[in-house]
Amino acid sequence: MMLILIGFLSGIISGMGIGGGAILIPSLVLFNNIKQQDAQGVNLIVFLPVAIAALYTHYKKGNIDFSFAKLIIIGGIIGSIAGSILAIKINPSSLRKYFGIFLLLIGAYELLKKKE
Amino acid sequence: MDKKKIKLLFIGLVAGLVNGLFGSGGGTIVVPALVFLMGVDDYKAHATAISIILPLSIISTIVYFTNDSIPFNIVVPVTIGGVFGSFIGAKLLNKIPINILRKIFGSIIIYTAIRMIWK
Repeated sequence: MMLILIGFLSGIISGMGIGGGAILIPSLVLFNNIKQQDAQGVNLIVFLPVAIAALYTHYKKGNIDFSFAKLIIIGGIIGSIAGSILAIKINPSSLRKYFGIFLLLIGAYELLKKKE
Repeated sequence: MDKKKIKLLFIGLVAGLVNGLFGSGGGTIVVPALVFLMGVDDYKAHATAISIILPLSIISTIVYFTNDSIPFNIVVPVTIGGVFGSFIGAKLLNKIPINILRKIFGSIIIYTAIRMIWK
């Protein structure tokens, strides 16, 4: 029940386009004592169906700029493989701390950003 | 290769690294990079970011899966809640002042970050 609630709340946040992972991953780690890597794995796979649905809507509206997307994806594939392997190799408590630092930067950016 | 292409490849490399390492956050890199470095409109940047992060997340999911870091007993309930949540979130989007929400979100995130670092 707790897990459904966590999914529900982070779903609301990501449905608003703010970033559900920033809520989902820490909730799983802090409230459910799930290993950092496993919490990240949950976030990755939960994102897939939502992204496919969103992509379909945007594609029909012609909002996607494929000229930029292609090269970013090529660079991104190399980065993704390297990043994921790194994540698997790091010990969970260090990865949790690095994640915390990254989260701190995102939070500061959200607070300081002026636009929209 | 011209400068623009190198820039795009580099944006991808960084976004992929972050998304793989933290299992999230690729969009946090790609959206501002498209807006500030490439001059793409904000709403187009968001849509384009999804088309980029989706294949990258699939790759990362495969690496995590082969290393037993996809716990399906947790994935199932989180997904059930998540589907309803994102539906409601999208509906609320136009009814709530998103600017205030972002400030609240930013504050919660900073508090959470500190707890993650000092746990």
